[in-house]
Amino acid sequence: MSEAALACALLALDPEGLKGAILKGPADGFLVSLRHLSQRRTHRIPPHIGMDRLTGSIDVAATLKSGAPVHDRGLLAESDSLLLLTSAERLSSDKAALIAAAMDHGAAFTVIAHDEGIDDERVAPILAERVAFLLDLKGFEPLDIDITTARKLLPHVAINDRITEGLCQTALALGLSSIRPAVMALRAARAAAALDGRAEVDDDDAALAARLILAPRAVTYPAPPDEEPDQPAPQDAPEPGEEDGSPTPQELADRLLEAVKASLPPGLLAALEKNLRQPGSKAGAGAVSQKTGLRRGRPAGTRQGEPKNGARLALIDTLRAAAPWQPLRRRSNPSAKGVQVEKADFRIRRFKEKRETTAIFAVDASGSAALHRMAEAKGAIELLLADCYVRRDRTALIAFRGKQAEVLLPPTRSLQRAKKSLADLPGGGGTPLAAGIEQSMLVATQVRRAGGIPLVVFLTDGKANIARDGTADRAVALRDAEAAARALRLAGFRTLMIDLSDTRTGPAAKLAEAMGADYLPLPHADASRISASVNAAMKAGA
Amino acid sequence: MSLRYPFSAISGQDELLLALLLTAVDPLIGGLLAFGDRGTGKSTAVRALAALLPEIRATTCAYHCDPDSASAQCDHCRKEATHKLRKMSIPVVDLPLGATEDRVLGSLNLERALSHGEKSFEPGLLAQANRGYLYVDEVNLLEDHIVDLLLDVAASGENVVEREGLSVRHPARIVLVGSGNPEEGELRPQLLDRFGLSVEVRTPTEVKTWVEIVKRRDAFERDPEGFTALWEKQEDQTRRRIVKARKHLNDVEVPDAILERAAALCINLKTDGLRGQLTLMRAARALAAYEGAKRVTDDHLKRMAAPSLRHRLRRNPLDETGSTTRIDRAVTEVFGA
Repeated sequence: MSEAALACALLALDPEGLKGAILKGPADGFLVSLRHLSQRRTHRIPPHIGMDRLTGSIDVAATLKSGAPVHDRGLLAESDSLLLLTSAERLSSDKAALIAAAMDHGAAFTVIAHDEGIDDERVAPILAERVAFLLDLKGFEPLDIDITTARKLLPHVAINDRITEGLCQTALALGLSSIRPAVMALRAARAAAALDGRAEVDDDDAALAARLILAPRAVTYPAPPDEEPDQPAPQDAPEPGEEDGSPTPQELADRLLEAVKASLPPGLLAALEKNLRQPGSKAGAGAVSQKTGLRRGRPAGTRQGEPKNGARLALIDTLRAAAPWQPLRRRSNPSAKGVQVEKADFRIRRFKEKRETTAIFAVDASGSAALHRMAEAKGAIELLLADCYVRRDRTALIAFRGKQAEVLLPPTRSLQRAKKSLADLPGGGGTPLAAGIEQSMLVATQVRRAGGIPLVVFLTDGKANIARDGTADRAVALRDAEAAARALRLAGFRTLMIDLSDTRTGPAAKLAEAMGADYLPLPHADASRISASVNAAMKAGA
Repeated sequence: MSLRYPFSAISGQDELLLALLLTAVDPLIGGLLAFGDRGTGKSTAVRALAALLPEIRATTCAYHCDPDSASAQCDHCRKEATHKLRKMSIPVVDLPLGATEDRVLGSLNLERALSHGEKSFEPGLLAQANRGYLYVDEVNLLEDHIVDLLLDVAASGENVVEREGLSVRHPARIVLVGSGNPEEGELRPQLLDRFGLSVEVRTPTEVKTWVEIVKRRDAFERDPEGFTALWEKQEDQTRRRIVKARKHLNDVEVPDAILERAAALCINLKTDGLRGQLTLMRAARALAAYEGAKRVTDDHLKRMAAPSLRHRLRRNPLDETGSTTRIDRAVTEVFGA
């Protein structure tokens, strides 16, 4: 039985305690299974759903027709149902926050968020934080069980302090900062015991809960035990196995950690060892920049449309639109009093919104660039970061060195994070310029898709020597880099090339031409001049 | 609405809880900002406060005006000689992230305009929160113009709506509580300064605390009624303490020497403007009242220095020294070791 199938059963068993799941991969089997087990109805919530469909509001068209207010009950008032968020990674943060608030207030629905994102789009952290399971459904096999007896047993399942403590220690060891997963792990362990027909949680239940709920949220990776092979039993730990022979919480936590390690996918390990913070903030902060055109910004006229989803009714214009028809309407409907307004008369306000700029710094951290003027480049970026902070622009940082390019910092407004990743910028190795340009393009595309304006700032000497396929061939590398640069120009992104080399006629200048970038040689520019150019570029782009 | 987690049962977040209690003792402290990791009980604490707060007497209008203070009443209540009264608990209103300006300020009542052809005002969240709390989770992600608007109202105590042919002003004395995770975006410095107190909420690092929190939370979720009943006595005690402190607040003496020290502290830290010093004085006084002291002492001042001042320090965006450390240093310098 796959773990995801178990999670499905647990969720069906204790929907109040486990709240929901985020699914990745083909979700149909899971949903059918969950629907069958939990006996609940499903409501689909697409990312473009109107705010008023969630919260409920007055139905303007129906109200007009009937003459009495008609209210529309929102989906968040639904109880005992499954809310299926399709393409959940695209749900805007305000809607996610609404759903989260309803969950906090004890709403009786289960949230199933289907994450269909590619790249590093992900479900809003505010939701991911509040549901128990983050599941990858590859190879999901539905299970055929009956949970009626388990459901009856569940309220009577006991959990002893030793296991509670073990789970808490595990959560701490994995670097979790939120308490919520630990509480949900407790619930899951209890449900697992009930599923197995026991009224007492045992260590295996706890291990399952740790694997399913705590492991996917791990921020730090606990030190592998084989690093200290000869270590005797820790002195300060109490004697193993008290009277009843069960392990101490510490031992249990160790065992749970083992279970967690076994379930971590190999790619995650590598990421954790670098001690990267979970890049959870992207969805939350990014969605703020979305432009709606109907809700905020400077007024920009009115148009026909219904005043829903937060669009504001332009009353005067609506009346003006209705005015010419009054004699006609009065004739056809003499009993109605007052101005007769119909749906077609509605005018709503439009707004022009200032879009947010994101400066993407693509930094050449290779040996050749490092030799030259890495320190100067860092100084320039620091200045730029301070400017971005003042303007409330967002920044992203990409470094390329060795064989590949890496997003060190996804678009963020947090200056501290940007500064930190800059300070930790590794140096040395080859110059995979093509990879760097392509990575920048990817991030720039994401920014644009989220409604922002990207500006890519390259800091490099242009001396590419690693080709796209990772081989060290200077000629091929340069060709690849130029091809990538042209693609960047075709995509229409605004770019700025800061040349770290000593000559004005080097490869960086040529690249700048290929990508249509503004060119600025560093030897002739001090940090403040760079800052001024970036500012000018941003103003031009906005 | 389901039962809320009892305030007294929240453990491991003492600074946050105390700051919240003090805003209940003296709403003039001017709001609270709680920044920190997710899942550390920020929202729980604010929402739990709602159940803890004592009842107030109010008129029956949409703004539940204070019958005893004519200056803080809406136009309607001010005209009436006698008021119909009711008892209500102090409101704690959630402001959802996606709230529109209309929803916050209030707007033309569309329903009545359409079905009856009447121009009437539909009160918004600010009206609901009058005399109580307005809680914004993820305040750092809220759109700037809404934040501006909230702070403006919080400072003036009045909501003025001039739109769609409406002209309405009504009292909106609110305590603004904002929370958020600074890693996801920071608040503009000019907004930071407008919050009275600020608290840094951290994840507890001790297993013992975790176990306690998890156990309590679990017990609450499994049996809300039973758990709440278990804590009712302590909730009552805290509630009585708040009521008493509110009553005695104006009797607490603030010696000149204390004011001078507060000033010295602010000068030492080079905080901009007088807001910091005023808040520090009010917070220390509220603390003294809450603890039943007759006058404010150095100790009260010291304990309130960090929450009152840490968000007002002029900051070099590239300087990473924690604000709390800088305040501790200044406290040592001013008060002597």
